[in-house]
Amino acid sequence: MTTTTAPRPARGPFRNALRRNLTAYGFLSGALIVFAFFSWYPMVREILLSFQKTNFVDPPEWVGLANLRTVFADAAFADAWLNTLAFTGLALVFGYGVPFLAAIVLNELRHARAYLRFIVYVPVMLPPAVAVLLFKWFYDPGPGLFNQILDVFSIPGLSWLDSSSTALVSLVIVSTWMNMGTGTLIYLAALQSIPGELYEAAELDGAGLFKRVWHVTIPQTRLILLVMLLLQIVATMQVFIEPYLLTGGGPENATVTVAYLMYQYAFNYGDFGGGGALGLMLMVVLMIFSAVYLRVSRDDQG
Amino acid sequence: MTDTAVRPARPAPAPAPRTPRRSRRAREAAPRVRGLVSPHTLTTRRGKIVYWTVLTLVVTLFTAVFVFPLYWMVTGAMKSPDELVRMPPSLFPENIDLTPYAEAWEQLELGTFLLNTLMYAGGAWIITLVVDVSAAYALSKLRPALGRAVLAMMLSTLMIPPMVIILPAYLTVKDLPILGWDLLNTPWAIWLPAAANGFFVFLLKRFFDSIPRELLEAAAIDGASPARILWSIVLPVSRPIIGVVSILSVVAAWKDFVWPLLVLPDQDKMPLSVGIAQLSAQMPQNVLIAALVIASIPAILVFFVFQRNIMAGLTAGGLKG
Repeated sequence: MTTTTAPRPARGPFRNALRRNLTAYGFLSGALIVFAFFSWYPMVREILLSFQKTNFVDPPEWVGLANLRTVFADAAFADAWLNTLAFTGLALVFGYGVPFLAAIVLNELRHARAYLRFIVYVPVMLPPAVAVLLFKWFYDPGPGLFNQILDVFSIPGLSWLDSSSTALVSLVIVSTWMNMGTGTLIYLAALQSIPGELYEAAELDGAGLFKRVWHVTIPQTRLILLVMLLLQIVATMQVFIEPYLLTGGGPENATVTVAYLMYQYAFNYGDFGGGGALGLMLMVVLMIFSAVYLRVSRDDQG
Repeated sequence: MTDTAVRPARPAPAPAPRTPRRSRRAREAAPRVRGLVSPHTLTTRRGKIVYWTVLTLVVTLFTAVFVFPLYWMVTGAMKSPDELVRMPPSLFPENIDLTPYAEAWEQLELGTFLLNTLMYAGGAWIITLVVDVSAAYALSKLRPALGRAVLAMMLSTLMIPPMVIILPAYLTVKDLPILGWDLLNTPWAIWLPAAANGFFVFLLKRFFDSIPRELLEAAAIDGASPARILWSIVLPVSRPIIGVVSILSVVAAWKDFVWPLLVLPDQDKMPLSVGIAQLSAQMPQNVLIAALVIASIPAILVFFVFQRNIMAGLTAGGLKG
C-alpha cells in the first residue's frame, strides 16, 4: 500500500475524492446555511431593497431610483450626513489621540499598572445601553453630575443634550468614555514590542522626550495606528445607540445620524426602501474604508 | 450582527503568527529592557519626583474618569429622590437604602431579562462554536473543492459593517427565504446570525492550520473518522483559540443592543439592556439607576474573572505594531 493519505485501502482516486468532499461539505453545511441566510443573502437584499418598494403585503415592486429621490428630498438627509461626519471627526479628536497618549504614559509607569489597565477597560465591558443611560442621567441639566460639578466651581450649568450646540459633543463624550479602553490596551500591547535599544540610541543622539515619541514610538507603531484609525472611522460612522437612547435625533435634528435616520425610515415611517437606500450609501462609504483596512493589514503580512 | 457600538469590533484578517502560543510566551518571557524613559533617569532625585508626580496624577485622573462614575451610580441608587436632585450633591448617601434595588428587580422584572440574556448569550456561544469549529476544521484539514472560495466569501462579510445590512437582515429573520419561517421573538433570531461570523472562522482555521498534518494522518491510518479526529485530536490542542472565540462571542452577545431591539420586540423576550432601555422612561430616577447597577454587575464580574483571556482576545486578530 503506497497511499499514506487514504484512511482505508484505496478504492480509486475518484471515489476517494468524492468521499472526502462529501465529508467536508457535511462539516461545512451549518456554516454555509447561517452565512447564506444571515450574511450573504442580506448583503444582496440590501442592494435590492434600495430599488424596491417593500410593504409586507404585496411582493416587492421595482421603483428604480424613487427611494433615493425620497431620501435626498428629506430635510434631515443632509443633517444626518453632516452629523455623522461631525461625530466621526470629533470622535477622532477625542477618541483617537487620547488612548494613544494614555498608553504611552501607562507603559512608562512601574506601579498600579494592573489597576489602571483594569479600570480603563471596565466601561468597554458594560453593555453600551447601560453606559449610555448612565450618562443620560449625568447630562441632566438640573441635578445631573456634570452640572453639579460645574456648580462646585461656580460655573453656570450647560444644557448638554437639550441644546443643539452641545448635544453632538455630549454624544461623543459618552462614546469616547465607553470605548477608549480597547484602543488603550491594543496600543499598550504594541508599545511593549518596541525594542528598548531604539530609545537608547535616540537618547544617545540627544533626542528629548518628545523627539523620542515622534521619531521612535510613532514610526514603530505606525501600522497599528493606521489600522486603528480605519477601524474607528468604520465603527463611529455607524453610530446609532447614542442618538437613539440620548436624544432621539434632536434637538432640531442636531444629532440625527445616517444609521439613526435609516432606523427611523424603516421602523417609524415603515419605509424600508428609503432605509435601504440610506444603508446602501453608508455601505458604499464604509466599504472603501474597510477595503483600505484589509489592504493595510495584508501588507503587514508580507 | 453581533457588534454594534464603537469598538474595533473585528480586528480582521491580519498578520498571523503561525504559532500564536509560542510568540505570546516569548513576549512575556522577554526581559523588560526599557521604555521611553531610561531606567537611569528614574534613579535620579529629579526623575523620582517627576515619576511619582506623574503616577499620582494619572492614578487620580483615571480613577476620577473611570471609577467615580461607577461609584456615583452605585450610591445614586441608594439616595432618595429628594437627595438625588439636591445642590450641591451629597458625596455619600445619607442612609444606605437598598429598596430602590429591590424595586428595580421587581418592577422591571430584571430576573426575566437577566435569564433571557443568559439564554441568548449561552445559546449563541454553543451554536457559534459548533458551526464555526466544524467549518474551520473542514476548510483547514479536509480541504474540499472550492474551499478557498468558500473561505473568501466568509471573509468578505467582514468588509460589510453590521449596521448597514441590519434592515435586510431583519426582513430575512422576519420571513426566512424559501422556508417562510418567522423567527422574530424567538431565540433563533439571536443564535443563528451570531454564528455567521467570518472572523471566528478565520481565527479557528488559522489555528487549525498550525496543527501538524502527520498527527491527523496517523489517526486516520488507525481508522479514526474525521469527526473522531476533530473531537479527540484537534479540539484538545485548540483550547487556547476556543477560549478566545468563546469569550469574544459571549461578550458580543451580552453587549449587543440594536439587533435584539429589532428582532425581540416582545417585552418578556427582551435581554437586559434592551429591557432597561425600553422601560427607562417610566421609572423613578433612583430605580432606573439601581437597574443600571444590577445590569453592570455581571459584566464587571466576568471581566474580573476572565481578565487575561479578554485582554488576549483583544489582540487575537494578530494586531501588532
